[in-house]
Amino acid sequence: MQVAVIRFPGSNCDDDVLHVLRHAVPGVQARFVFHKETELGACDAVVLPGGFSYGDYLRAGAMAAHSPALAAVRRFAAAGGPVLGICNGFQILCEAGLLEGALVRNASLHFECRDVHVVVEGRPTPWTGAIPAGRILKMPIAHAEGRYLHPEVERLEAEGRVVFRYVDDSGGETEAANPNGSLRNIAGVTNAAGNVVGLMPHPERAAERVLGGTDGRMVFESLLSGREGRPLRV
Amino acid sequence: MKARVFVTLKPSVLDPQGQAVAHSLGRMGFAEVKDARIGKYIEIELTPGSGGEGVEAARARVEAMCRELLANPVIEEYRFELVDERSSSGAGSAGAKERQG
Repeated sequence: MQVAVIRFPGSNCDDDVLHVLRHAVPGVQARFVFHKETELGACDAVVLPGGFSYGDYLRAGAMAAHSPALAAVRRFAAAGGPVLGICNGFQILCEAGLLEGALVRNASLHFECRDVHVVVEGRPTPWTGAIPAGRILKMPIAHAEGRYLHPEVERLEAEGRVVFRYVDDSGGETEAANPNGSLRNIAGVTNAAGNVVGLMPHPERAAERVLGGTDGRMVFESLLSGREGRPLRV
Repeated sequence: MKARVFVTLKPSVLDPQGQAVAHSLGRMGFAEVKDARIGKYIEIELTPGSGGEGVEAARARVEAMCRELLANPVIEEYRFELVDERSSSGAGSAGAKERQG
């Protein structure tokens, strides 16, 4: 299993993702692909890491969405390849139209940097298959533009495409558990085909015991486990 | 020729930044402030087109720039005006004021 980690100018979680894939997930190899590359080379999955690609100029993710590497990611996704966008990577995927919706300024106007809880749900994806149904994951967030909006959220819900949702530590979908004002507490979504996933929390920052938790590792381990469904919330 | 592009949040999108500004203005004594919304202004310098059809072509190109990069249609709307600075009638002489949602 070879994973390509796309590196943009301003990415700052790229080394973390590469480290976790190489050292915390047995059976996975990983390498960087620079944003100027027009080909990904042989790979089985792609991760767009967090950071501030192109300085977040204009809108977070707007510039990166038009980079040469993204054209290659677009082809990879169209062929059914698993793609994961974390934080700024999620913003890039939305700007590129590979995921629906948009991520705007947090309702609090603050840069929110803390641990949150998310419940895993929705349709099968290659990034959630190893996570037991209804499992609540504790992972950190670190973003200023994470308020998820979607003009037709009912359709997104009905199609089981909300795959991570902010909850409290006992699973309650409360306003207090929503760190950024996202619609319906949405923390992560998938595309219509179910192979592209984006989420605001950082699984790579919660993938080793020494860093206080390993919940996030399951997102990467899912790549090796095939696709299992999650209970659909209707 | 210049394009003056205004990008604003759709009315349906909450603007906490604008709310904070309106709140501050109110606190400063500007009691008449009901609401404020923050947008972006982008000025684009275009290489001179050829003749009258240049304006139409420029309009189509700026329209594409807005659609493909300058605005995110999920959350924003845009309008722009083309300004031909060689013309004596000044702003808006290219006759273009577009509004798109």
